[in-house]
Formats: sequence, structure tokens, C-alpha cells
Amino acid sequence: MLSALLVMTGIALVLGAALGFAAIHFKVEGDPLVEKIDSILPQTQCGQCGFPGCRPYADAIAQGEADINQCPPGGDEGVRKLADLLGREYKPLNEEHGVEKPKSVAFIDEQTCIGCTLCIQACPVDAIVGAAKQMHTIVAAECTGCELCLAPCPVDCISMQPIGETVETWKWRYPVIKIKQAA
Amino acid sequence: MLRKLFKFHGGVKPETHKDSSTTQAIAKAPLPALLKVPLHQSIGGTPRPLVRAGEKVLKGQRIGGADGNVSSAVHAPTSGTVIAVEPVLMAHASGLSTLSVMIEPDGEDRWIERHPIDLRATPADEIRDYLRDQGVVGLGGAVFPSHLKLKTSRTKPTRTLIINGAECEPFITCDDMLMRERAPQIVSGMLIMQHILGAEEVLVGIEDNKPAAVESMKAAVAAAGVEGCSVVAIPTRYPAGGAKQLIRVLTGIEVPHGARSTDYGVQCFNVGTAYAIHEALDLDQPLISRIVTVAGNVGQPRNYEVLIGTPMNELAAHAGEQAGTDAYIMGGPMMGFRMPAFDVPVVKATNCVLVSSPSLFPPAPPEMNCIRCGECAKACPADLQPFELYWFSRARNFGKAQEYHLFDCIECGCCSYVCPSHIRLVDYYRFAKSEIWARERDKEAADAARERFDFRNLRQEREKQEKAARLAAKAAETRAKLASDSGGEASQEAGEAPTAAEQAKKALIAAALKKAKQQKEGAPVPPRNTENLSPDTLAEIDAVEARRAAARQETE
Repeated sequence: MLSALLVMTGIALVLGAALGFAAIHFKVEGDPLVEKIDSILPQTQCGQCGFPGCRPYADAIAQGEADINQCPPGGDEGVRKLADLLGREYKPLNEEHGVEKPKSVAFIDEQTCIGCTLCIQACPVDAIVGAAKQMHTIVAAECTGCELCLAPCPVDCISMQPIGETVETWKWRYPVIKIKQAA
Repeated sequence: MLRKLFKFHGGVKPETHKDSSTTQAIAKAPLPALLKVPLHQSIGGTPRPLVRAGEKVLKGQRIGGADGNVSSAVHAPTSGTVIAVEPVLMAHASGLSTLSVMIEPDGEDRWIERHPIDLRATPADEIRDYLRDQGVVGLGGAVFPSHLKLKTSRTKPTRTLIINGAECEPFITCDDMLMRERAPQIVSGMLIMQHILGAEEVLVGIEDNKPAAVESMKAAVAAAGVEGCSVVAIPTRYPAGGAKQLIRVLTGIEVPHGARSTDYGVQCFNVGTAYAIHEALDLDQPLISRIVTVAGNVGQPRNYEVLIGTPMNELAAHAGEQAGTDAYIMGGPMMGFRMPAFDVPVVKATNCVLVSSPSLFPPAPPEMNCIRCGECAKACPADLQPFELYWFSRARNFGKAQEYHLFDCIECGCCSYVCPSHIRLVDYYRFAKSEIWARERDKEAADAARERFDFRNLRQEREKQEKAARLAAKAAETRAKLASDSGGEASQEAGEAPTAAEQAKKALIAAALKKAKQQKEGAPVPPRNTENLSPDTLAEIDAVEARRAAARQETE
């Protein structure tokens, strides 16, 4: 009787210690799913999904509060990747949140700019330089094309300019064989 | 002594078509009416233009400065006037334009002053910078800046220097003719490289279908009297001129996936590059011309020494271009690209202008389904599974394609050459590679944006806290001041903290009310932040205040 009790207590202690060790040593910080979703999102931080940035949207997707088709900059491919990751059904982009556009960067017409700094405050990635009553300009390399600076501009001097192809960014086309040629 | 040679896997033996263009010596191509020199001619950053429209330039004058270390300078090929610096259609499969310097030659061909440097007295670092500014890039086709390849690895010293004279691609004979006619200069450049790299052994690999070049190089090496240098004839098999393949044949070293030949103490240069290095260092002549084979649909295929920037159509016309030409191919039939127009300029990467016609290169037969015959895998010199890569690339399954080592593909075209279904496999690989690169660029941009966004949020939070702290400090200061003003009362009730705080609050309100009243009555508020100003400025402020007071009185 006593030996049985001791054995059971011993097993309980050993297992308890093992579990306690595992709980400390293999602790998962945060939700890894959110990280994975966030790494698929394009990080434009544009808020078109209805959340204040890509990370909150990733949180919402992970908790099942948001759908996977609310990110226009990520486009169709982004939706497909999210569907793959989460094992959900693919669905086309929800047009309520906007449509997929060619990649562009903001451009400030420096003749019209009055230096109000409103766009600087709106820019989510600090890609606009300038100061009060000084002309502003966009750091094109850092601009994500989120369009958040367009609305606050009181003189409408910001426009979106599509990024052209250069020799460095040019891509080989998918080989298409003309039907006529093949016939 | 007979050297033991090794074999690489796969390869093909296409018809070489090399005889017709080697019957005549290298000729100087005539000076064109207009030179279009693109600034972006090597791997790496686009050089910055150093000249403006209207400026006079001398032959060999730098017109584009290297942008960072992974870049290479560009020079004026002849003396003349810069007409414009503008985007011009580039010798590139994309058909896009890049910034180019348009030079109208004055016909004098006047050199800039040249001062060859003393190699033995110059440290290797300076020689490398010098080569970068002389615009020397790999002339085998990849146009990788040579100064970067002349850096010895920190972990492994370079033991073997390989000079690549294999020239395996059909039609192209520019390296062959260069070795036949200018072997001593090539050897001179080769010795410079050996000196910089500190290599014990130099091997010159030449395909055995070029016996004249082998003899000429052997004679030049013997004349130079250097030890540890041998000229080796290797079996003719495409693509023996690929760097990894040549290294395999000559040394038996198989450079594995993800590693570089320098990790194994081997570095490989083209013979044209050796010649360019000789010119750049021994004669102080930057890379402004190169040997170009003009072959295909021309009356007299021949090699020309061509100034960079010469329009290809002028060159082809000079070689007797015949009717029926439908396009120019830059490079050979296996790896070359069709040019988007006839008047694109010759660049540093142009080893051959292959004039194409429908009779010479009939349109490819229709592509049929892959029948899983495995011929491509037998032919692949990089030991890949081309059919797997084809399926994954076609299905846009890029992750899987990378798992099958898509980036080890050298795009030699052996798989397309042997494919019985006429599938243009390399086109699919190029498509997949550029898609993967684009995705990587996007990923980097997204990571940078995330970082900036997080930092901005952090900054805003910090600023909020700092502002709150500042306000709190200011309030405390005022409170302390008021407390000391009415010191007696406060000290009397010091024991009762809440009352003291209440009093301080009351005092604050009183002070604010007093200030508001003052303002309402129009009493001048004393100007602030005037402690450190010069007397002139103070006088100016006083004048402004006086004007303001006068204006106020007027309105009243």
C-alpha cells in the first residue's frame, strides 16, 4: 500500500517537474500564426482593410474577426497565400475595401505645397521629409504607396505615380506560345 | 607532361560554324556617326553621368563614375562632343531604355593623357580601385566587375588562376582571334592577375578546335618565361566555357551548390578580360572597345575591334549584311538574346552580333507536351533535373523550383537543344528566376516598411510620454514657484497635504485669471524668449510692440 503510494507520488513529481520545465523552456511568445500572416501581408500600412495597419489586420484574421480578402495591395496572390496558410477557401478580393492597383509612389508637386505638415503626420512609414512652412518631399524608396497622405493635403498637391519598369526590375514574361504558330 | 583532364556531366555538341569568321584578321570597325554609350553596362549600380550635353570629351575620358563598389566606370570611346545624356534603347532583351551618353565623334580620336601605374609599387587595394575606375568588367558575357573578382578570399588563398579561352558557343570566335593575334598582351594581363591574387598556378583552357590559338598562347607563355603556367587544350563540348564546367575539366573540382570557386582556391577569368586588364594597367587605356564577332546572315563574317556604343546595324552593314535579316542576336545561338531593335549599341557584354534570318534560324517548331524522356537531364551540365524545373516553373510553383536548385541553372540551353518536344525550357527558367527575384525585392521592401512603421509607432508613443512628462514638470515648477511666493501661508498648513495642494491649485487658477485679465485689458504681455537676443533684435521687437500698441489704440 505504502510503496504503491510512494511510486505514484514519485511519478507525479517527476512528470510535474518535466511539465514545469517544458512550460518555461518551450514557452511560445505571442501567437506564431499572427507572425506568419503578417509576413504575407504587404506592409503598406494603408488601412484599407479597416484596421490601423497590417499587424492589427493579421491579429484580426488570426482571431477569425476579419476575412482574408480585405487587402487590396496584397492582391489576388496575397489572398491565395493566406488561404493556403489558413486552410481556408480562396475567395476573390472584397471590392468594398478597394481594388488592386499597379504599384505606385506618392509625388508632391513642390510648386503647390504650402508646408502644412499634415501629410507628414499621416505617413505611416515616415517617408515624407519637410517642416512647417517648408516644402515637403517624398522619399520615394521608402514610400509604400498607401495613399494615406492624399486625403489630408489641403491643396491637393500629392499625386500617385506608378513605378515604371527598369532594366533591373524587368521580368521575363511567362512563355506564351501563340495558337496560330502552333497550328 | 600530359595533364589529367576531367569531364563534366552532360553537354552537347552543336555545329560550331566557327571557320568562316576566322579566315581574316581582326579589323578596326569604322567610326560611326554617333556613339550611344549606355551608363549601365555591368552588374551592380548604374554609374552616375559625369558629363553634360555640349561638353567636349577626349578618348578615354571618364563619362560615368562607378556607383559604389559593386559597379564599374564608363569612358568615352573616342574624342568628340556630348550631344545628349538621355535614355536610349538598350542592348537588352527587355527592350527598355537606360540613361546613355550620346557622343558625336570629331574624327580626331584624341586620347586623354595617360600615365600607366607602377604595378609592383602599388598596393593591391589601389590596383582594384584603379581597375574599377578603368571600367574593366568580365568580357565573357556576365560583365561582372573584375576588381571584385581579384579579391582573395580571407579564409582560402587563391591557388589556381584559370584563364578561360574555351569559347564553346557556336559562331563566336572573338576570343579565338584575340588569342591568335594578341597572345603576348593576354599573357601580360594574366601575369598581373596572378600577381594580385598570388596564385601559384595559371591554367589557360582552350577548346581543341582552336589549334592556332593554343599554339599562339603556348608560344607567348614560353616567351614570357613564367613558371607554373600551362596552356591546356580541352575537348570540344558545349558548354566547356562555363566557369564551373571549365574548373571541373581542368582541376577536377566540382563547385557545389551555394559555394563559390574561390572557396576552393580557384578563380576564373576570360581571355578578353585578361587583355583588358593589360590595356588598363600597362597602357592606362580604359575599356572602350572590344572584339566582336559579326556572323550569320552577312557576306563576310569577321571579327572587328569595335568601340563601345557603336550601333549594331552599322557594324552589320560593314560586314556585308544580306537581305532577309529579321533580327540581331547578341551572343550565340544557344544563349544569345534577340535585340529589340537594329540600332542598339554594342556594349561591353557584346561578344557577338549574330545576324539572324528566317533561313538561318527558322522559327522554332511548335512546342509539344513533355514526354518525360529525360534527355534534358542527360544533357544538363549543372546536374539538374530540367524537366522538374520546367514543370514547377510552368505551374508557377517557385518554392519547389528553388528546392530543385533553379538558381544553379546557367541557362546554357542544352536542355532546350536536346528536347524532342521543342520546349523552350530556358524561357521558363528565366521567367521563374525573375519572378523569384521580384518577390524577394518585394519582401525586402515589406520588411523595411514594417520596421519603419513599428519605429514610427514607438516614436509617437515616446513623444506622447515626453510631452506628458514635460507638462507635469512645468506644472510642478509653477506650483513650487507659487508656493514659495506665498511661503508663509503654505508653511503654516504644511502638515495638511491635501489643503496645501488645493491652495496651490487655487493659486494657479488665480495666476491664470490674472494673466487673462491683463490680456483683456490690453496690457502688453511681456515678450518671451528674449534673453539671448542681440540688442538689434531687441530694438526690432520693441518697434514691433510699439506698432502693435498703436494699432490697438486706433481700433479702440
